[in-house]
Amino acid sequence: MAARVLIVVPPNARRGEVVELRATIAHPMETGYRPGADGRPLPRDILRRFTCRYNGEVVFSAELHPALSANPYLAFHTVATESGTLEFEWTGDNGFAQVERRPITVS
Amino acid sequence: MRRLPTLLAAVVLAACAAPTAKAPQRSGFQDMSASTQALQRDDTANPAMLWVEDGRQLWTRAAGPQSKSCSSCHGDVATMKGVAVRYPAFDDTLRRPVNLGTRINLCRQRHQQLPAWPAEHQELLSLEALVGLQSRGLPIAPPRDARLEPFRTRGEALFQQRIGQVDLSCAQCHEQRAGGRLAGTLIPQGQASGYPIYRLEWQALGSLGRRIRNCMSGVRAEPLAHGSVEMAELELHLAARAMGMPMETPAVRP
Repeated sequence: MAARVLIVVPPNARRGEVVELRATIAHPMETGYRPGADGRPLPRDILRRFTCRYNGEVVFSAELHPALSANPYLAFHTVATESGTLEFEWTGDNGFAQVERRPITVS
Repeated sequence: MRRLPTLLAAVVLAACAAPTAKAPQRSGFQDMSASTQALQRDDTANPAMLWVEDGRQLWTRAAGPQSKSCSSCHGDVATMKGVAVRYPAFDDTLRRPVNLGTRINLCRQRHQQLPAWPAEHQELLSLEALVGLQSRGLPIAPPRDARLEPFRTRGEALFQQRIGQVDLSCAQCHEQRAGGRLAGTLIPQGQASGYPIYRLEWQALGSLGRRIRNCMSGVRAEPLAHGSVEMAELELHLAARAMGMPMETPAVRP
């Protein structure tokens, strides 16, 4: 099963309107500092980067670090310019990569 | 001065009588910070919804030798409205009370012919959260089943029983001292109205059993086994205690 995500994009927006986008992804965000049951540190497994593209153009990106809790939630804003697709991309350790697309209609 | 002993006796009597008056039910939700409350109120922010979405996929996923899914028997998940509020319920075959998680596992064994999920399995929690969500807002309504009564009574006794090296009972904290503080933390009434919960401390979804076991290791007692009869008995008492409170599943707790 692919990673589970919760994404909120307003389906309709007026041109020039500032819209809020919210994205949550299921991820353990294992810091690499916690000892496991055998006393050895659990290997690090975190998301390193989040990028949001609006019709191919980057409108928001973030570098993520071990201090972030599991299942990170990000909320940010962009200006609705034209109808198209919002692309949410998470990349991380162990080759983790997830891309989700949501349509947006601008009138 | 001769009046003093009588006066003292009257004061002592009044003090003894006072704790018998039950405090009104109070959900842990009311004592959370505004930001945690907001997290629970908004389904698009509540991290437990990640599990609910998983549960939706599981509900219709056919599995087992007969290729049956939950929906093959139950239909749409919306038909499960009002189910979660009446658990734990009596199981005729096992002749004991079972909670919702055990019931889902029994369904899995009896009708899908698949092995039961272990306690706290992510898929089990997902289905539990999905079924619980259908009853959100409905009052908790334990069944009036005479067969459950002896189990509930034992659960209530366990709730009052001092346990562990710390020698504390559930009631001492969650009834007598509810609203007070344990170090910096507020002691809640411990009302089981929103399980399975997304607990920020766990950074994951967990069942009522996990929460109870947490408390038990906190008082340095041997925690009850997941799915044991004793656990179901305690859960029965908790359901009776929370009777009438609106179901919050899937709740968020600090």
